[in-house]
Amino acid sequence: MVETVVAMKLPVDEKLRIKKQRVLPLAVTGNEKRISIVTGTHGDELEGQFVCYELLRRINENIECLKGIVDVYPALNPLGVDSISRGIPMFDLDMNRVFPGDEEGPMIESLAKEIIDDLSGSDYCFDIHASNIFLDEMPQIRINEISEKTLVPLAKLTNIDLVWVHASATVLESTLAYSLNSIGVPTLVVEMGVGMRITRKYGYQLVEGILNLMKHEGLWDGPVGEVKMPIISSDRAVGYMNSNTSGIYVPECQNGDIVKEGDVLGNVLDPLSGEIAEKIKSPIDGMVFTRREYPVVYGGSLLGRVLGGETS
Amino acid sequence: MRKEVIYSLPSPYRDDLKVTGYRFGSGKKSACIVGAIRGNEIQQLYVCSQLIKKLTELEEKGAIVSEHEIMVVPSIGHHSTNIGKRFWSVDNTDINRMFPGYDEGETTQRIAGGVFEQIKDYSYGIQFASFYMPGDFIPHVRMMETGKQNTSLANLFGLPYVVLRKVRPIDTTTLNYNWQMWDCNAFSLYTSKTDKIDEISAKQAVAAVLRFLMRMGVIRYNSHSGYIATIIEESDLAVVRTGTSGIYRRLRFAGEEVCMGDPLAEITHPYEGNVIVTILSPCDGIIFFSHEKPLVTEHEIVFKIIKRLHE
Repeated sequence: MVETVVAMKLPVDEKLRIKKQRVLPLAVTGNEKRISIVTGTHGDELEGQFVCYELLRRINENIECLKGIVDVYPALNPLGVDSISRGIPMFDLDMNRVFPGDEEGPMIESLAKEIIDDLSGSDYCFDIHASNIFLDEMPQIRINEISEKTLVPLAKLTNIDLVWVHASATVLESTLAYSLNSIGVPTLVVEMGVGMRITRKYGYQLVEGILNLMKHEGLWDGPVGEVKMPIISSDRAVGYMNSNTSGIYVPECQNGDIVKEGDVLGNVLDPLSGEIAEKIKSPIDGMVFTRREYPVVYGGSLLGRVLGGETS
Repeated sequence: MRKEVIYSLPSPYRDDLKVTGYRFGSGKKSACIVGAIRGNEIQQLYVCSQLIKKLTELEEKGAIVSEHEIMVVPSIGHHSTNIGKRFWSVDNTDINRMFPGYDEGETTQRIAGGVFEQIKDYSYGIQFASFYMPGDFIPHVRMMETGKQNTSLANLFGLPYVVLRKVRPIDTTTLNYNWQMWDCNAFSLYTSKTDKIDEISAKQAVAAVLRFLMRMGVIRYNSHSGYIATIIEESDLAVVRTGTSGIYRRLRFAGEEVCMGDPLAEITHPYEGNVIVTILSPCDGIIFFSHEKPLVTEHEIVFKIIKRLHE
C-alpha cells in the first residue's frame, strides 16, 4: 500500500509529498523484521529508481515468499527528482546534509525529522545513491569506519563489487545514513552508476543482493540468483586522480580495469591549442572503480579512483 | 594599500578565477576581513568595497597603527556571481563548506585551501556572512560556540546583538569554525540583506568593523561607541511558522518591537484572494528575522523573535 510519509503545502495548489510503498507478507504475524529501501535524496541520482521498481516487481511476483515488511521510498526529494535538481530546488540545499533534522527547525529540517521518525524501527536500510553527473562508480557500498563491525557482514551479502570502509568525518554526521546508524538502524550506503542515467545491469545486480540479504536475515524465502563476494577495502590503499589543470578530460580506462602505477588512464585536452594539457596516470597499482564521465574539468576535479592491492 | 592576487585557478573557458586581497599597513597579521564567498552575496561584496575605500583613506592619513596589517578579501565566489549562481559555477558545491580546504582535493577544496592558507594566521577574522533563509535580519555578530569564542570581543563591534550558535556537524567546514580552530578570533557579521544592497546596514557594518579595529588598537579612528550588545542564544529565539501556504505579505519587519497577539503577516489564497491566515506574534519582543519572499510553503519559518526584549 502507498503511504504518505510527510506532506507539506507548497505555495500554489500543490503539496510536496514523500511517499513510500509498504509491502506486507500474506500472513502477518506481528513479529516481522522490516527493511527500508531509500533513494532519491539527490534529485540527479536516478539509479535507485530502477532498483525500487525491480525489487517491488520481484517481490510482487513471488509475494508468498515474503516473510518481512518491505518499505520502499523512491524519492526523499521528490521536487529535486522531478526538476533534475540535485538539491532541494527552493533552497539550493543538499538534503543529505540536514539529518537528523529538527521539528523546530526550518521546513526542510522538519521534513528530515519526519523521515527519520518514519525509518526508525527498520531492522535494515539501503540508502541508494548514484554518484552525480560527473562520475561513474562501480557498484559499491560505503561504510563509515565507526560502523564497520556492524555493517561489513551485511554488506558482504549484497552482491556488490566493492565495500569501501572510509574514515570518519564530522561533516558526514549530517547524512541520513549516519543518523540512522546512530539510532540503531543498520544502513548501507550504495553508490553506483552515474547521475541522470539508469544502468540496468547495476540495478539487477543490487536487487539480487537486497533479496539475498533479506533471505539471509529471514525476510524472504524466494528465489535469489548467484551472488558474488565483494572486495573489502579495509586493508587497501585508495588512490585518487585529480586534475591539476583545466580542459576536457577524455578517459582511456574503464571501471574494473586492472592498472599499474604510472599507466596513463586519460588525458586532459586543450581544445583551443590542440594539445594534451595533462596526462593522467594511475597513482598506484590496482583496480579502477571510479571514472569521470563529465568532460569539463578544473584543477582539482576528480578524474578517478583506484583501489590498491590484490583485486582479482 | 597593496592589491595582490592571493589565489588563482585557471578556467577552461573563462578568465582565471583570481581572488584578490587588499593589504593595509604592514607587520603583524592583525585582522582579515572576508566578503562574498558565495555568488549571491552582493551586499557582502558591497560592504567590503566600502570598507576598502574607507581603509584606503585612513591609510593615506597615516591612521593604520604601525606593525599592524589588515587584509580585506572582497570576493572569493565571483565566478558564480558573474553568472547569477550562489554556489560554485561548475558543480554547485559551497566553498563555505570546504574549509580548511585541501590543496590536492577537489576544485572547491583547493579554492578554500588556497585562500585559507593566506588568511588563517590573522589574530582577528571577520566574515560578512549570509544565511540561506530568504529574509531580513537585524544586523548582528554571530559566533559559534566552539569553546574558543570570545563574546566580550564580539561586543566591541558595537552592534546591537551578538548571537551564539551551537556548533553542528555541518558547521565544521565553514570559514568561521576553521578560523577558530586555528586560534583566530572569528566573527561573522550579518547585515540585513544578501542579494540586494541595503545602504543603511552596509554603513552600519563598515562602521562596526572600523570601531572594532580602533578598539583593538589596529587603526587610529574616532567613532561613535555603538551599542553594548545584548547576547542571545540562537536556540532561545521564538520561532514563528506558517500554518499554511500561499501568497505572503508581511506586516512587521526586522528590528520592530511587537506584543503578543500583534498581527505579523498575512497569507492570502493564491487563487481566490482572501486572507486565509493572519500570523500573530506568540510573544512580546523584538523581531530578529523576517521572511521577505512573496510566497511561502506550509511550516516555513517566517519570523524569529527575541523574547521579552524591548527597544
